[in-house]
Amino acid sequence: MKPRQQRMLAVGLVIVGVAIATGLTLQAMKDSMMFFVSVTEVAEGKYPADRNFRVGGLVKDGTVQREEGSLEMTFEVTDLRCDLGVSYSGVLPDLFREGQGVVAHGSIDENGIFVADEILAKHDENYMAPEVADSLADHVQDQTLGLQYGPEECPTGDS
Amino acid sequence: MWKFIHQLASPPHFYRIAAKMIPWFMVPALLLIGYGTYAGLFLAPMDYQQGDAFRIIYVHVPSAYLSMMAYMVMAISAGIGLIWRIKLSHAVAAAAAPIGACFTFLALATGSIWGKPMWGTWWEWGDPRLTSELIMLFLYIGYMALRGAIDDTVKADKASAVLALVGAVNVPIIHFSVEWWSSLHQGPTLIKEGGPAMDPAMLYPLLAMILGFTLLFGAMLLRRVRTEVLFRERRTKWVNELVLSGGK
Repeated sequence: MKPRQQRMLAVGLVIVGVAIATGLTLQAMKDSMMFFVSVTEVAEGKYPADRNFRVGGLVKDGTVQREEGSLEMTFEVTDLRCDLGVSYSGVLPDLFREGQGVVAHGSIDENGIFVADEILAKHDENYMAPEVADSLADHVQDQTLGLQYGPEECPTGDS
Repeated sequence: MWKFIHQLASPPHFYRIAAKMIPWFMVPALLLIGYGTYAGLFLAPMDYQQGDAFRIIYVHVPSAYLSMMAYMVMAISAGIGLIWRIKLSHAVAAAAAPIGACFTFLALATGSIWGKPMWGTWWEWGDPRLTSELIMLFLYIGYMALRGAIDDTVKADKASAVLALVGAVNVPIIHFSVEWWSSLHQGPTLIKEGGPAMDPAMLYPLLAMILGFTLLFGAMLLRRVRTEVLFRERRTKWVNELVLSGGK
């Protein structure tokens, strides 16, 4: 083998080796690489019970309730399959509204309510003019969260 | 064709040809960026949810794209330099790093400024897209620091090339991070099934900005490679003659 071919082989092996090592590492860390878990995963019990975590979903229509004269509020997040009650006290991002994707940080209390200490709005990848958005009556946002679930029953907690 | 490429790899030829090529990148770049800035700020309608805040996309997306593009240019040039021992190729890699670092910083800064009003946070540790982009900034800085720490140019070329190649694994991670993992960052708007999810009046200025930034990157890269070549060849006859003749 010529020296140039040897160097080509060495460079190729380095790239392939690093790619495989990184791929395996990321595969092993898959769960902790997730920025948030879905509502269905919470319903299935697939969340860290001993520490705070993030849950992502859409704010369910008609569930936002604010307490008069305070920042206390409750709403439900949904992934169109399971719902989860959330309570929160604090400032909300501008994009927060019903039907909007949100990511809440906090933990589940003994009543099964997600007590959030931070709410972030998740924007989707669609950009359009206001008049266009108005004419799109059935504009659904579920691509935002990569929701892959059909309208099946939500799995119950102890499964 | 091969003769042209071989000539281009010779530093004096490259130095001369690059000078002629720069305006061909720079003039269209400025025209496109000028159009994109005006159309993006004044002609494009505001977004139905984000209002006028979405307009930061006209700097953010081209910067983020070029931060990855510059890294690929750097890594591929470094790889070619390692395998074929072409000095000019190493010079291209060395010249690309600071430009790429600037675009990475710009992408992070504009994203952060947008994130505060939209997401409700300047920065989220643990978000795969944000974190992998920050790692790329550190890779650029590490690459430049490594080069700066080694006085011998040939050794610096080799050592930094290995770092550039190893770090290249981060580029696909940045690109696919929003698809592989759940992330606060939204998915791709331009390259997706069913075409760009964007109003055409918003889209054309963005495409102009992306192309304009790319050409600007080309112009800046050529300029920096010329300087890099001059420095590397400072002890050669042709540079001495060039200096004595007053740069003509």
